[in-house]
Amino acid sequence: MASAIFKEREKQVYLKGSRPFDLECEKESLAGAVSQRACVFCGSRVVLYPIADALHLVHGPVGCAVYTWDIRGALSSGPELHRLSFSTDLQEKDVIFGGEKKLYSALVELIDRHAPKAAFVYSTCIVGIIGDDLEAICRRVSEEKNIPVIPVQSEGFKGNKRAGYNAACRALFRLVGEGSTEGISPYSVNILGDFNLAGELWIIRDYFKRMGVQVVANITGDGRVDDIRRAHGAALNLVQCSGATMDLAVMMKEKYGTPVMRVSYFGIEDMAEALYGIARFFKEPSIMERTQQLVREELSALYPELQRYRKALSGKKAAIYVGGAFKAFSLVKAFRHLGMKVVMVGSQTGTQEDYRELEAITDDGTIIVDDSNPLELSAFLQEKEVDIFVGGVKERPIAYKLGVGFCDHNHERKEALEGFVGMLNFAKEVYSSVMSPVWRFVPKNSQGMLDGLSSHKEKILRCVS
Amino acid sequence: MLDMTPPGIAERSALTINPAKTCQPIGALYAALGIHECLPHSHGSQGCCAYHRSHLTRHYKEPVMAATSSFTEGTAVFGGGANLRQAIKNIFQIYKPRVVAVHTTCLSETIGDDLSTLIAKAKDDGLIPEGSFVIHTNTPSYVGSHVTGFSNMTRSMVNYFAEPAKQKKGQINVIPGFVEPSDMRHIKMLLNEMGVKAVVFPDTSDVLDAPQTGSHRFYPKGGVTVEALKSTGSSKKTIAMGSFASEAAAQALMVKADVPYDLIDLPIGIAATDRFMQSLMDITGKEPSERILDDRGRLVDMMTDNQQYFYGKKVAVFGDPDHVISMTEFLVSMDMIPIHILTGTPGKRFEQRIREILKDVAPDARVKAAGDLFELHQWIKAEPVDLLMGNTYGKHIARAEDVPFVRFGFPILDRVGHSYFPVVGYRGAMHLMEKILGVLLDRKDRDAAEENFELIM
Ligand code: SF4
Ligand code: SF4
Repeated sequence: MASAIFKEREKQVYLKGSRPFDLECEKESLAGAVSQRACVFCGSRVVLYPIADALHLVHGPVGCAVYTWDIRGALSSGPELHRLSFSTDLQEKDVIFGGEKKLYSALVELIDRHAPKAAFVYSTCIVGIIGDDLEAICRRVSEEKNIPVIPVQSEGFKGNKRAGYNAACRALFRLVGEGSTEGISPYSVNILGDFNLAGELWIIRDYFKRMGVQVVANITGDGRVDDIRRAHGAALNLVQCSGATMDLAVMMKEKYGTPVMRVSYFGIEDMAEALYGIARFFKEPSIMERTQQLVREELSALYPELQRYRKALSGKKAAIYVGGAFKAFSLVKAFRHLGMKVVMVGSQTGTQEDYRELEAITDDGTIIVDDSNPLELSAFLQEKEVDIFVGGVKERPIAYKLGVGFCDHNHERKEALEGFVGMLNFAKEVYSSVMSPVWRFVPKNSQGMLDGLSSHKEKILRCVS
Repeated sequence: MLDMTPPGIAERSALTINPAKTCQPIGALYAALGIHECLPHSHGSQGCCAYHRSHLTRHYKEPVMAATSSFTEGTAVFGGGANLRQAIKNIFQIYKPRVVAVHTTCLSETIGDDLSTLIAKAKDDGLIPEGSFVIHTNTPSYVGSHVTGFSNMTRSMVNYFAEPAKQKKGQINVIPGFVEPSDMRHIKMLLNEMGVKAVVFPDTSDVLDAPQTGSHRFYPKGGVTVEALKSTGSSKKTIAMGSFASEAAAQALMVKADVPYDLIDLPIGIAATDRFMQSLMDITGKEPSERILDDRGRLVDMMTDNQQYFYGKKVAVFGDPDHVISMTEFLVSMDMIPIHILTGTPGKRFEQRIREILKDVAPDARVKAAGDLFELHQWIKAEPVDLLMGNTYGKHIARAEDVPFVRFGFPILDRVGHSYFPVVGYRGAMHLMEKILGVLLDRKDRDAAEENFELIM
């Protein structure tokens, strides 16, 4: 009998203040754990999905395509080709004899019917095993149809989501540099790593417009192939949050010298700091003036409303478990604006650097955790007597079962959480969940999810402290 | 995205567009949750498992637990044996399940891990505690669909647990198929009403519709127990509901323990429920209770009261084969005309059964197994319908073609109710009928000219 729960994971949980900071991360998930993590394919699909005038064909068995069909709410202001689900739906005979013929004819048929600007072909686990030559087929179709047909090497087993981001970035990099840079202002940016969930990108674009900054390409929310092709003409790359598109920015910097700025559009400080940072970068007084004006306007509209929520939420406790760690920084700050305390924060794919920064901005006693699982998460929620949990689809019912409020800060949100208005939406959502009358009807039970497993609960907590 | 389906119907062989099915493991995972204190385990990369859990969570709005072997590149080369051993060890140490139900994924199937041997070895090496079990099923997704996966895992329950017995007991087995927790609950209630002792498996009621008590158990109280599964071999007969999801298990029981079976359609709609009752009466000699008969009477009353609204309405139905077969029959008994019927799951039997049901009503109906929603959409463009029935994915078609839409089947990601209100039995039929009538009359109201818009219908 092991002395502690998931002995192998002990070092992936850290209690701030308990010992000098050390946290293991970027490890393979433990076999047998109920991991909340996804795969390489998932990462690639997430990044490239919002490019709306491209064809997205999943080469593999049907499931991988089904689970990524029209569930991301990445809105498009025009074409919506990305919302259909195309799969080569490999069958047993394809697994034995190879799926190349199938892939070729699927591509030809789809390109003929939909005339997309480009095509992305995703390889899934099985394709990696049967060894279809994706590169060759894509090249052939590309020549025949005269559009970029780009293989995305996203076999799921080759790592986690982060590796998928990298595969997506490599695919995108093939497009960059192909288009003309005519008409691009010296005060111009690319927006990287925003997926236009609930129309968030449109809020950010509006800010830039008001500042007098041109947006060359959104990569990838509400994305267009032709914009991406001329993205190397922009003066600055803005990389948002989780860093899903960081690899692309790095490649562009190396090849085209485009400078990179990391930003977050979540929460008041980070949003304002992003805009000021851009204004500072351009060293153009009129841009800075307009930026100050913009921030003033937005904040004066926001503050009184926010105060109402703050009053009710002050002193409540929050837990955060998200995909990328960068988002967590903004969330910690956003909760502070609401007078709330973050008592647990974790991510699926954080790096040493990420967690170090989390450690710096959180209070003593905060649990910091990497690649967690439902059993741990629910133990943390109960131990810390949390009022609201921020997470994704698999975390929601866990919170509810424990009688804890929930806010989806992942891809299923229907409310824009970016920008100044996003802060208000966030406050509203947190408020509605934390203060819902429904909790009055939930019989509280101190044992909670760990009924019958209470010895484990103790063990988890012991391994934390 | 609504206008991207051209009307001309083209035969496709290399491409699935907007699938009407998904992959085997998710069905196996769902079936496994129908065993008491069972932790499903996905033997493959963690991506698949994450997707399956998310998808089931969206449909049931409940925590869905499953562990994964977390394959890596090395595993893909050297095989998943080591990962499975480590997983089994970790799982029993941490999660303490009674049963671990392993299913494969495309990846572990393709590299050819031999699960029977791996599990036997793990048992020999003492990795599986006394009184606990590891079972498995093979679920390559390049064969069949999620329904196949459900069927495979259900059959594995028999293969691993059923104990042959010479002396048969009075009890029967009921294999309810890939239906909602509410349906399984309702079937158990009907059996109870009739005083029939039965083992229902798998049984996800109380697992995926657990009540909110402020405490959640990692293993909710529901699910068929291992003891009950063992006893299935001593039952006198099995009722298998739906050939696609349930027949494999019934057959396995017949082979292994000599328990004969009745194969019936899912008891959705009046005729299919009648046949379920008949089958129960034949096997046990018991009569339906007055309550059940009254329910039937109320259903017929409801059908009588409203037949004028159903007459001649054209319908398109898609979804899982067992569901669609029974639904088509129910629509016919309400005097509606199903003209487009499609499932994503392959299988000849589907088309045969539907043709049988429709031979007098709609002999020219378009019927297809292994189809997709792109094709269904094209059919509807070619010949419009008054009603569309199917899972959530139908909402795009319903909107594009402006057709009243009733959500039915798996998955339903954007509405609630499916896991709480049964569609099986006479009451289920009343519930379905109410839903259908609701959308038809809403449409009538919406389209009515001002002078025809009245309080009474
Ligand atoms: S790889 Fe196979 S098992 Fe995994 S999600 Fe794709 S289809 Fe399903
Ligand atoms: S098969 Fe591979 S690519 Fe597809 S979901 Fe599973 S892990 Fe991801």
